[in-house]
Amino acid sequence: MSENVEKDRSQVRQKQMIANHFERLSRAKEEGKKVVYTFVPGNLTELLGALDLLPVLPEINALQSGMRKKSGGYISAAEKAGHSEDVCTYVKCDVGMLKNGNFGPTGTKLPEPDLLLLSYTGCFTFMKWFEILKQEYKCPIVMLQVPYQSEGEITEEMRQYVAEQIRDVVVPALEQTAGKKLDMERLREQLRWSAKAEDDLVKVWESAKKRPSPIDGYFGGVHYVGPIFSSFRGSEEAALYYKELREEIEERVARGEGAMTPDGPQAKEKYRLVVEGPPNWTSFNDFWRMFSREGATVVASTYTRVGGLYDQGYRHSPDKPFESMADYALGCYTNLNLPSRVNLLEKYIKEYDADGFFINSVKSCNSFSVGQLLMLRELEKRTGKPGGFIESDLVDPRYFGKANIENRVQSYLQMLDARMNRPLVPGEGLPVALPVLGRAP
Amino acid sequence: MRCVVGIDLGSTTTKAIVLDEHGKIVGQGITNSRSNYEVACAVAREEAVTSTRFSLLERARAAHPDGESVKADMKELQKAFRLELFLEELKELSDTMLRELDRSLTQRALRSVLRPAAEKILERTRDQAPAQFLGDAPRRSDFFRDLASAAFNAGAEEAAKEGSAPFEPLIGLFDRAILQVETRVVKADTSTLLRRAVQRIPAASRDKLDAVVAEASKEPIDEISFTGTGYGRQTLPFPKSAIRSEILCHGRGAHRRFNGTRTVLDIGGQDTKGIQVDDRGVVTSFQMNDRCAAGCGRYLGYIADELGLGLHELGPLAMQHKRVLKVNSTCTVFAGAELRERLSLGQRREDVLAGLHRSIMLRAMSIIARSGGITDEFTFTGGVCKNEMATTMLRQLVAENYGSQITINIDPDSIYMGALGAALFALDDVREGRPAMLPAFVANAANITPPIDLESAAACVTEH
Repeated sequence: MSENVEKDRSQVRQKQMIANHFERLSRAKEEGKKVVYTFVPGNLTELLGALDLLPVLPEINALQSGMRKKSGGYISAAEKAGHSEDVCTYVKCDVGMLKNGNFGPTGTKLPEPDLLLLSYTGCFTFMKWFEILKQEYKCPIVMLQVPYQSEGEITEEMRQYVAEQIRDVVVPALEQTAGKKLDMERLREQLRWSAKAEDDLVKVWESAKKRPSPIDGYFGGVHYVGPIFSSFRGSEEAALYYKELREEIEERVARGEGAMTPDGPQAKEKYRLVVEGPPNWTSFNDFWRMFSREGATVVASTYTRVGGLYDQGYRHSPDKPFESMADYALGCYTNLNLPSRVNLLEKYIKEYDADGFFINSVKSCNSFSVGQLLMLRELEKRTGKPGGFIESDLVDPRYFGKANIENRVQSYLQMLDARMNRPLVPGEGLPVALPVLGRAP
Repeated sequence: MRCVVGIDLGSTTTKAIVLDEHGKIVGQGITNSRSNYEVACAVAREEAVTSTRFSLLERARAAHPDGESVKADMKELQKAFRLELFLEELKELSDTMLRELDRSLTQRALRSVLRPAAEKILERTRDQAPAQFLGDAPRRSDFFRDLASAAFNAGAEEAAKEGSAPFEPLIGLFDRAILQVETRVVKADTSTLLRRAVQRIPAASRDKLDAVVAEASKEPIDEISFTGTGYGRQTLPFPKSAIRSEILCHGRGAHRRFNGTRTVLDIGGQDTKGIQVDDRGVVTSFQMNDRCAAGCGRYLGYIADELGLGLHELGPLAMQHKRVLKVNSTCTVFAGAELRERLSLGQRREDVLAGLHRSIMLRAMSIIARSGGITDEFTFTGGVCKNEMATTMLRQLVAENYGSQITINIDPDSIYMGALGAALFALDDVREGRPAMLPAFVANAANITPPIDLESAAACVTEH
């Protein structure tokens, strides 16, 4: 957000949490802490926390590099090293960062991994990504294979398959790296904190059902999911963050305030949108402003659900640790099939009383982008709400054509406006007294 | 007459439409988009207002007791007016050119040679103008730049051949002058030009016509609202409240022209749009070309340049094909190279051109498909729809993909659809009691400073 807009308490806290984490990472080697690299969707952060292992999430580093305008250079470095233009730009950004000394988003050096935990959910590229890192770092790798929800549901077999892998494959590998046994009581405690944070996050998300919505559920939403997506789920500090955030949002509701935007609170909520697809990170605020300055607030988004569908009832559970972690990994948005994604979007459009929906189709991510035009048509048919569609990328600045995208966003919003307010049919005559704006020769 | 104005600032041409308060089209104007957007808008608007004046004249004529007897003369008057406007612009060009001759250091040495050569060309252009404008033969272009440029190219070639003046400096002189002329708004007064035009009408009907003109000239043309759209929308010299997306404008304009329209294809200079509209002309869905402008109007422009042809010559030539060759469509530059290669292999120019036209339309079909396919009726708009080969290919592909029952609407004036839609939005604004302000450019256009004098700028650089 802009420097001239006062930051909320929760925002300040989150910034501090992130800084502390990278600080901890930079000292990891000298303090003898072990480091595990892992991915966002379906991650097993509670297990890492219970074993005092420090997580590093390459996707988060890549998106942070994108926001800090460093990704362009990193991507060039990776392409110079032989990675094709068509490779996912998260991967190339990460590889480029590594080639440039592995300085993380806050400028501190990232420690090398002691283990790569490949919790693969919905993205095949993850496998190739860690294959590359395995070669670069010469470290062990452990894989959690998560079956795709091809039939749109999690069966008992799938759940057991994943839970058994966690118990029999992942935990022993983590224990070996940590040099100690897993304390189940500590794991349960982590899971309890997770569930608590998840309760509050759902309240934050669902606050957007109010008019005006006190939050932007996409551009603002990606800030809100930061801690729970990344290294902090399962910690007391994350639970505190979400409690504070929830209270802040409740205060905004009490004051009747609209969503926070890069330019301060939204003065007038003109359009309510649901968004599908990840954001563009290299021009994040520019992209956000294309919506916020026209009075458009995003009330719900699927991208904020790639780290868990908590609003659909899922919770981490201390009672069934491995099974609930298995359900988590299986249930992330990226692991859903197309019909389930369409159903979820339809539900959001209806439940959040949206005026329309918008798709940002990113070049990098096939698992997101495949089928999005189909989804668009199907959603228009089911909801009668107009859909907008643009193409950009995650962190490759070359694929964000500002003028083109702005043109399209404005066209979409004007289309929405025209559909919400019927234009008058010409031929009715004009009001009598009108100022003459110019007289032609 | 109270009226509203819509302007569509495109990458190639700028269009303006004037509607009366009942939404009827009363005027239209077009000009090539120049380096100066404000001037392009001002010129297009001036043209549209002038054509509105002729609509008023025509209304006055129809209502006048002697109206019927001067019907044919009125048409001649319009041609004569165009001629007067051309002569006015030619005078501006001539003055600028002579000024340039005096001012520019490098040319001074050549002045004694260039001056008579330039004057000869200008004089001949002036002499030939009446035949060009008053006759029935179609002109190559309506744009002053095109007409003047054609005359000068021919004249300079001739001068070089007979050894009276060197080609390059003469053309250089023209280039510098035309750049200044076309970034200025000609300050010609419509009523003065009209008076002059009347003098070109046969004396027998001049008095009656004069009476009609005098009557209609009394009525003011009052602009009460304004909307702008187009490619240059981000930098349009209009206030934000007066700007609408070109997608909305094209959709609405096409629907207004053909009421049954549900799907619109617009191929402009650098974008191709597939637009779906509802029964009110409101856009419900759209797709545009992304990241790459291959397959748009400029693609054809590039190909025409490669072949040394005029843009308008491409279609007719391609229509003489014996077969349609398959040509790369993903990149304009590659297509140009492929074209040369195929010609060098001895393939017929007409056949390759036919293939190029097909490849453009294939891209357009893909964009339409992404926007939701074709629903009857289907309207094709934009500069490319003047190209017969393009429309032939489109009809073929529509039939192949959506069946032969689809009604396809193509209007030669469809280049104005964006401006028409914009003007309709301007009318909405008036009815909602929030007309957009008249943009500053109209008031200021006459005072716009001429572009940097290239010669003196270059001199500055050398000096320092």
